[in-house]
Amino acid sequence: MTEPKPSERVCILGAGSAMAEHTARLLAARGARLALVARNSTRLRSIAADLSARGAGAVVERCVDFADLNDPDALLDSVSLALGGLDAVLIFYGDLGDQTVAESDTAEAARLLNVNFLSAATLSLAAAARLEASDFPRPVLLCIGSVAGDRGRASNFIYGAAKGGLAVLYQGLQHRFALKRLAVRAVVIKAGFVDTPMTAAFAKGGPLWARPEAVARTIVAAMEKGGPVIYAPWFWRWIMLIIRLLPQSLMNRLNL
Amino acid sequence: MAPRGYHVARGLRPWGRVQTGDQLVARPRFVDEIATLVHASRAGGLTSLCTGLGRSYGDSALNQGQTVIDMSRLDRVLAFDAVNGVLRAEAGLGLSDVITRIVPHGWFLPTTPGTRFVTLGGAVANDVHGKNHGRAGTFGASVRRIGLWRSDRGEVEISPDLTPELFCATVGGLGLTGAILWVEIQLARIGSSRLDVETIPFGNLDQFLQIALESEAGHEHTVAWVDCSSRGPGFGRGVFTRANWRDDGPLTVHTDRRRLTLPVDLPGFALNGLSLAALNALIHARQTTRPRREICHYAQAFYPLDAIGAWNRLYGPRGFFQFQCVTPLGAGMQPVADLLAAISAVGQGSFLVVLKTFGERASPGLLSFPRRGVTLAIDVANRGERTLALLSRLDRIVMAAGGRLYPAKDGRMPPAMFRAGYPELPRFIGQIDPAFSSSFWRRMCHD
Repeated sequence: MTEPKPSERVCILGAGSAMAEHTARLLAARGARLALVARNSTRLRSIAADLSARGAGAVVERCVDFADLNDPDALLDSVSLALGGLDAVLIFYGDLGDQTVAESDTAEAARLLNVNFLSAATLSLAAAARLEASDFPRPVLLCIGSVAGDRGRASNFIYGAAKGGLAVLYQGLQHRFALKRLAVRAVVIKAGFVDTPMTAAFAKGGPLWARPEAVARTIVAAMEKGGPVIYAPWFWRWIMLIIRLLPQSLMNRLNL
Repeated sequence: MAPRGYHVARGLRPWGRVQTGDQLVARPRFVDEIATLVHASRAGGLTSLCTGLGRSYGDSALNQGQTVIDMSRLDRVLAFDAVNGVLRAEAGLGLSDVITRIVPHGWFLPTTPGTRFVTLGGAVANDVHGKNHGRAGTFGASVRRIGLWRSDRGEVEISPDLTPELFCATVGGLGLTGAILWVEIQLARIGSSRLDVETIPFGNLDQFLQIALESEAGHEHTVAWVDCSSRGPGFGRGVFTRANWRDDGPLTVHTDRRRLTLPVDLPGFALNGLSLAALNALIHARQTTRPRREICHYAQAFYPLDAIGAWNRLYGPRGFFQFQCVTPLGAGMQPVADLLAAISAVGQGSFLVVLKTFGERASPGLLSFPRRGVTLAIDVANRGERTLALLSRLDRIVMAAGGRLYPAKDGRMPPAMFRAGYPELPRFIGQIDPAFSSSFWRRMCHD
């Protein structure tokens, strides 16, 4: 066995998601050392066992509820210690929630904004500081955004606002890294419709629906190059360009 | 309104594509979701059935109008002991993925069906067999432990020594004894990913049986193809294939990237008697001019049809039936001769007529299909009443010989034939989980 490449010590936050697990499988197959952070310990154990069997150089498990994360620095320090450093931090967790409930219940709206933006943003800032100090060739900070964040629409604008905010944060981080002439990159993957349990309530099967395996391949490629904004699958870039360009007068007549 | 966690899937078809119907489908990712899903289904007055990759031909993996739990996302390896060749994995893991993970370590499946696109859970629930039945027995013979969730007991770990009755009901139990969550199997050592394959022509069915029995001692894998279109002196001719693993390396895995996939149904006329006769004669001419020896990769030796995605669409939009029977060795080749005569008499040929002998090893399951004898498998394009009448004639021949049909491939056998073929049925019924059922089961038992 050769030593794992230095760029392969990866912390996966929200490791229980389908996209996260498929991304982790691709990384495990090339011997990466993985830290998996998720809420449910039983589920995490089965994912970790599989990743070990797939060839991961190491698998570290941490149980955390991201909606109630007090100390992101402590979490990242513990993970970094266990992996012997940190080359990539990938943020997968998120909660689509129920827009209608969140509109009438401010506590629910606050919960969605917290888990999708505040928690992810503070973790990202803490991770950015660590990755900036990294001496590895291509450190990367990556999060899953959403096409819902590109334009506010009646059907999902609370979730969309959080994801849109996260995308702006990542653009800003990328700008900061570039101005400092650092190798570290910030990437937001703007996912379209992905066939995962998060979207179980939707009718699926049209050409717009992507499999989590396919999005995982895009994510692993994005860990090497591109960004700061990458659409997955790629065609969403053009769909969202059109959606963003629609005049508001027309938008007001569409039920999107 | 679908129970929580399920969505409506309309017009689902099994591999044979004859039956169709609407089902409520859930696709969990974790084993802890199964209990919730089955309870939700039950609260709505519905039964559940766990399914895999949809390779069952008829209605045994359908639960029409009820709920189905698609297990294919439960595909994790939970433990792999590469030294002793023991693998424990979630039930939805496909054999194709198992193989790619174990071959580099010098292990292979103890036995494999003719497609690698079945799940571990499906391989257990149908107690599948392969070309090495004489050596390995059925798939269930290599199962050490099963994690089973039952609506009345929760998760239980079952094994042949600790829970013999529930174990032998679950192996070959068509998914009716509960949800198979994980499976632990003993793998078989290989010294190479390639096999020495020998192809021998035979002129009639008695010659087939002679070669088959002769080959049992020295050859692990045996199977034969029979020309179903020839009548008269050519009747019962075919080619016998026997193979053994090589032991000189290398250990290379297959790829699931396909060269050809049928995107649509071929029109029914693609399979008329004339084109089949031509096809059969062509294969025959190519393969039987002389005995041949070659070295084949396991993908070529075991899974030739897996190279073509969705080959089941060859049979057109009306689909096809597969008829697979086993008749006791004591009845000799006469039942097979009668079956082939009945098939060629109607001129409804078939792409594949496969013949092989099952070995001495008793199958572990109460409803396991394999038993010592001769098994014949035929694909028959669905042409409605005509086809059903032909299959009924075949049923009578099998029944008269004391044989039985394979539920995983059936979509229409009469309940009386099922009962006659499977004498352990009453014992099996005692182990069924009341929350589970299937279209096949309701058809057999009229509940």
